[in-house]
Amino acid sequence: MMFAGLSRNDKLLFAGFTIAALAMPLLAWPVGANYPDLLQKFAIYGIFAIGFNILFGLTGYLSFGHAAFLGVGSYAAVWMFKGVTMNVIPAVIFGVLVSGMFAALIGFISLRRSGIYFSILTLAFAQMSYNLAYSVLTPITNGETGLQLSQDDARVIDRMFTEQTAGLPSTNLFGLEMSGYPGFYFCCVLLIIAFFIALRIQRSPFGMMLRAIKTNQVRMNYTGFNTRPYALTAFIISGMYAGLAGSLLAVTDPLAGAERMQWTASGEVVLMTILGGAGTLIGPILGAGLIKYFENIFSSYNDGLLAESFSFLPDFLNDALVFVIGPFVGEGWSLLLGIVFMAIVIFLPGGLMEGLARIHGWYRRRGQGDAGRKVAKQAAE
Amino acid sequence: MAILEVNDVNKAFGGLKALNAVNLSVEEGTVHAIIGPNGAGKSTLLNCFVGRLIPDTGSVIFDGQSLLGIKPHQINQTGVARVFQTPEIFTDLSILENVMIPAFAKVDGAFRINAWKTVGTRGEVRDMAEKVLEEVGLHEKRDTIASSLSRGDKRRLEMAMCLVQDPKLLLLDEPTAGMSRADTNNTVDLLQRVGTHITKIVIEHDMHVVFSLADHISVLAQGTVIAGGKPEDIKGNPKVQEAYLGGAHA
Ligand SMILES: Nc1ncnc2c1ncn2[C@@H]1O[C@H](COP(=O)(O)OP(=O)(O)OP(=O)(O)O)[C@@H](O)[C@H]1O
Ligand SMILES: [Mg+2]
Repeated sequence: MMFAGLSRNDKLLFAGFTIAALAMPLLAWPVGANYPDLLQKFAIYGIFAIGFNILFGLTGYLSFGHAAFLGVGSYAAVWMFKGVTMNVIPAVIFGVLVSGMFAALIGFISLRRSGIYFSILTLAFAQMSYNLAYSVLTPITNGETGLQLSQDDARVIDRMFTEQTAGLPSTNLFGLEMSGYPGFYFCCVLLIIAFFIALRIQRSPFGMMLRAIKTNQVRMNYTGFNTRPYALTAFIISGMYAGLAGSLLAVTDPLAGAERMQWTASGEVVLMTILGGAGTLIGPILGAGLIKYFENIFSSYNDGLLAESFSFLPDFLNDALVFVIGPFVGEGWSLLLGIVFMAIVIFLPGGLMEGLARIHGWYRRRGQGDAGRKVAKQAAE
Repeated sequence: MAILEVNDVNKAFGGLKALNAVNLSVEEGTVHAIIGPNGAGKSTLLNCFVGRLIPDTGSVIFDGQSLLGIKPHQINQTGVARVFQTPEIFTDLSILENVMIPAFAKVDGAFRINAWKTVGTRGEVRDMAEKVLEEVGLHEKRDTIASSLSRGDKRRLEMAMCLVQDPKLLLLDEPTAGMSRADTNNTVDLLQRVGTHITKIVIEHDMHVVFSLADHISVLAQGTVIAGGKPEDIKGNPKVQEAYLGGAHA
């Protein structure tokens, strides 16, 4: 039933994805990324990007405000931890629902416009949310300090079953603590489910309509479709994905701050999606993983560390290398990201997935060329 | 019986009166041609039928219902389909998808979230699309992407997208513009063969096409209907000769 109607290729794709996701610690080992904190980020931002792609890649609406839903998901999850229970299931569900409702409101207004005006509206709403979180909404968001757990939180359900302990409690899945690898695998399973839902959407009549809206909205209207509710549904779904990602950030670290809603975070998911390949199923996840991986490496460097890594070189070479590479590490990581992004948009507008397709096509042609030559040779003999 | 009644429609763009007291009555089951020189207001008139423009005054009654003030998708759902002067197709999608999408609009309505079943399980919709693609002669190309089609094929595709909905009224804005002689003849042949029960309004500059297809002709010049009648009558009408055949188009 779950797989009904999916083609053989799609089933293989899903099986391959599931295996790769579960084996992520092994796959990330050769590049030194096999520790739970980073792997969790891959999974969480992968979910964020999958959802963003449903709106941007499929429907063609470029939102510059999706970090707002990420932030709302985090706040909602932390409130669930504080008020009800440290079990992660209610927190995740609540995070998804609240950001879904928030997305319905913002989407309803923003979708009155399309193109650049839509993008600006979403950006404005996200910045507004960010500022509200710092100011008038302080009772809900705890302003600049951010929302955190505290000793005297209500946690009504937990209190019924357990005595209060001295330290802060930790998030758990029916007793299993959500730190380290259990935390990663919880995110990983949700990533697999999120991917599966996106796959079903993409292959459904609904997904077909979203792609048609992206290609020619005018034709859709004169073909008898009310396009607004389609776009709004896509907007809400992608908002819920962002909310899921946000609540998972809170699951792995029960703390929510307004900076999570900043426009740079909204821009990041746009980069992830375009870098990997907008409109493809795998691309956005790939983009999310790569950006988080390289961010982790490059942003931790500084000139001192850099000089140390090149210390085996003669001084003048070392100085030169630090001078050239220095501006791109640490704080300068976004500079590097910007340059890579420009290169992708100019040379590979379809993102890394287009790159892979090109390499694949090139190999196949070469294979055919060989076969062709063989035939010619046989004919000659 | 008249399926479309246009009464005293006026439309001005700034100081330019694009439509000036236009009256038109289209009989059910007929092919009604609208001819007239460039800029006469023909496309503007069609725009008033599909909700792209709202007339300043006047009424447009289709099948007993006013078309004014209702949205384009609602007008389509009541049974009006349109082929545009410059083809409006889904260039990034395959030919088959291009035709399945309007079929979905017909079967599932203006909005339906159908996100769990795959397109592949909707065999009835695919069959509808494939049947029409056979009829217009694009079936072999069904898996190619629409942007790769020739101009003539794009028009044929757009026609298939309208025919698959089996509309009550089909509006065709210059269906043979920019086509070779052979392609034009193909299109005429197609329109005589497929969907013969559908009422059609055809805007056309090619007189060969007009006289092959039309049961009734209206002549529009400077926003006004200056003549209307059977093709034989129009041919000999001196007013038409002057405004159209002897005018801008000579
Ligand atoms: N949206 C608009 N805004 C302003 N003027 C317009 C608009 N649409 C059409 N017009 C003007 O109205 C007049 C009628 O245009 P229309 O496109 O209806 O002519 P037409 O009969 O279809 O001509 P053609 O044979 O060239 O397609 C023209 O003078 C045109 O410039
Ligand atoms: Mg015109």
